[in-house]
Amino acid sequence: MEIFWFIIIAIVLIVFFVLDGYDFGAGIIHLFYAKTEKDKEVIVKSAGLFWDSNEVWLVAAGGMLFMAFPTFYASVFSGFYLPLMIVLWLVIFRAIGLELRGQFDYEMWKDIWDKAFGVSSFLLALFFGIALGNMVRGVNLGGVENGLSTYEAHYFFLPLWSSNFSPLNESPGVIDWFTIIIGLITLVTLAIHGANWIILKTNASINNQLKTVILRLNIALSILTVFSLMVWQTINPNSLDNFMESPYLIIFPIIYISGLMGLFFIKKLKKDIYGFVCSTLLILGGISSSLASIFPAMLPSNNTVNESLTIYNTAAPEYGLSVALNWGIIGFILLFIYVIIQKRLMGGKIDTMDYGH
Amino acid sequence: MEDMIFYDRLQFAFTITFHYIFPQLTMGLSLIIVYFKGKYLIKKVERYNDIAKFLMRIFAVNFTMGVITGIPMEFQFGTNWAKFSELTGSIIGQTLAMEGLFSFFLESSFLALFIFGEKLMGQKLHFLTGFLVFLGSWGSGWFILATNAWMQHPVGYEILDNGKFVLENFSSLFSNPWLLPAFLHNQFASVVTSSFVVASIGAFYILRNKNLEYGKLLLKTGVVFGLVSSILLAFPTGDWNAKNVAKYQPASFAAMEGIFETEEAGAEIILIGQPNMVEKKLDNKIAVPNILSFLTYQKWDKQIPGMDKFSPEELPDNIPALYYSYHIMVGLGTIFIGIMGLAGFFLWRRKLFDMKPLLWFIMFLVPFPYIANITGWYVAELGRQPYLVYGLLKTSEGISPTVSSGNTLFTLLGFVAIYLLLGLLFLILVGKTIHQGPKHQTH
Repeated sequence: MEIFWFIIIAIVLIVFFVLDGYDFGAGIIHLFYAKTEKDKEVIVKSAGLFWDSNEVWLVAAGGMLFMAFPTFYASVFSGFYLPLMIVLWLVIFRAIGLELRGQFDYEMWKDIWDKAFGVSSFLLALFFGIALGNMVRGVNLGGVENGLSTYEAHYFFLPLWSSNFSPLNESPGVIDWFTIIIGLITLVTLAIHGANWIILKTNASINNQLKTVILRLNIALSILTVFSLMVWQTINPNSLDNFMESPYLIIFPIIYISGLMGLFFIKKLKKDIYGFVCSTLLILGGISSSLASIFPAMLPSNNTVNESLTIYNTAAPEYGLSVALNWGIIGFILLFIYVIIQKRLMGGKIDTMDYGH
Repeated sequence: MEDMIFYDRLQFAFTITFHYIFPQLTMGLSLIIVYFKGKYLIKKVERYNDIAKFLMRIFAVNFTMGVITGIPMEFQFGTNWAKFSELTGSIIGQTLAMEGLFSFFLESSFLALFIFGEKLMGQKLHFLTGFLVFLGSWGSGWFILATNAWMQHPVGYEILDNGKFVLENFSSLFSNPWLLPAFLHNQFASVVTSSFVVASIGAFYILRNKNLEYGKLLLKTGVVFGLVSSILLAFPTGDWNAKNVAKYQPASFAAMEGIFETEEAGAEIILIGQPNMVEKKLDNKIAVPNILSFLTYQKWDKQIPGMDKFSPEELPDNIPALYYSYHIMVGLGTIFIGIMGLAGFFLWRRKLFDMKPLLWFIMFLVPFPYIANITGWYVAELGRQPYLVYGLLKTSEGISPTVSSGNTLFTLLGFVAIYLLLGLLFLILVGKTIHQGPKHQTH
């Protein structure tokens, strides 16, 4: 039952990153490549129409995590206190930019909120990646100093950084050079994803140029990916054990690699949607490979005193999980229906669409 | 430790107060939108449809605000109240996750369809999407109230040796005797806020002599909905809730009513007075004898325990704040019935649209239902103190063990700054929508 809920929450989280990921990515592309007012407007619109229904997925993932793994929720949210709060502010700030931009037809006004939208999208992508890096690297659970825990075994508190930014410290900070690499990978992935979204949903004049951008970013992504694997091996020599023991898990890295390979052919793809599918595979493969490599842990402990937080030692009791399964199935069927209805009615390019107002 | 609890509570109070400005409007407004859209389907008068779409634009702004201020609420359970989340998450996580899955998705998906899809869907389906938005928004209220009801009056749980609360009976979360009265009271309060907003916009258009026909329709509807909901708010739902507090949280009841000493033969009802916590009495008190006993138990001489019957540990930790919140809520609620009664009377006599002073009054009344709603929630939350889970888990036992007060103060200041910006944005967006007014589209 724990495994079941773990998979459901992972799926909801991946859907969140696929959906909200494209509007983070659109923000990053907007920041660097949108030059004309028409392009800027249409890119903001392509992100702005859907961002709040995309963020509902984050709320849903949070709610389910809280219900199924309350100890994990408590430990991780309080332990990553500062980065989470910064993420919240960026989410709000980004929304302010998106909503305010179109309110006055006044160049300076639009510039300010364009920057707010672009910069906060950029930082959010980076921070989400850093968060993933932290989960994979592990933390000093129990706040162990000199072999003794300062807190209860499953609690911790991470500073934003430690003095030398090293992941090998006894108590590494949120930002160290390993998590920054993962942050950059996420940033590049979401930028590619956002570019694909813009190509798919708009007739922006930069669409052709964006394909070249995707190609370049994809090369950078390949290098970063190889580099991160090497670094990870140094930090945690056991990082590939799960894949050795259960070879079928290799499907997840394969998904990632096929997305990566596919994007090298971005200019030859027949339909715009294929590019978007490739970057979706990147997100799906990237997150699922990371989770698979630390399974059954959800947050590894990097000391020997306290054990890692796993899906078993942080889960709610059996009764609650199985009751939730009953309403969960009904809920997901309903959700599936809404998504189908919505996508059928709102397909096509944004800028040619008449929304009746 | 003391200042850790203080800042955690202050941050939660600040962020939830700001958050609740938005859902209290959307829940009630969705009902009024469904009413206008339904009336359009029956009567085929375009004006009703224009108003439904106009109100949905206001709804959408509030919904967006509700989403982005709501995410910090969910996060804070983990960030600032980790111990509480760890101990009770397997129970309250159920209702919170259900809110996300059943209500939030429903509301957000169909809101987008309502706003963008009228031409694609046709009128009947458009009405249906409006109704689903209403269902999602009230469903949200239901699940949040179910969560709160469990904290006010815990049911269906078992406590393990390690202090964790585990769910024993799922359905009891929804048959909790605290839930239905609290839910109905909350929803009618939300209808009060939205009908006052609608009436106020109507009065504004009439006074400005702009969008006149729309203005009259908005005002009329606002007054009728406002009158009915303010009455339902006091009776039966307000009365029902007060009886629940008297039954399940007698110490809170004494504190909110301001009864310091138990009277042998029936308790008086306090109208005005300031709690004096040093001398344990009310200063400048105006009270009517025996009414409280009658209202609560329908017996004039029924004894109601005062605060002297409880030990200091059982009493809420901020009695004056609780007492004032309660009296502000009740006082405003009574005034609302009076004003809407008066406006309803003139509406019936067909004189309302010419009563300029009353229209001005209605226009400026808008902040007060918000204040009444928020003080109402303060009554519930301050009244539950010193507990998070009434009688079982103290507030001081629920905070995150590793988050220092310095960090919480830092994030509190951050929230204050960013919510200030957000508040300005909200006023600009709503102001602009109202300024544009309902529009008629030729098909």
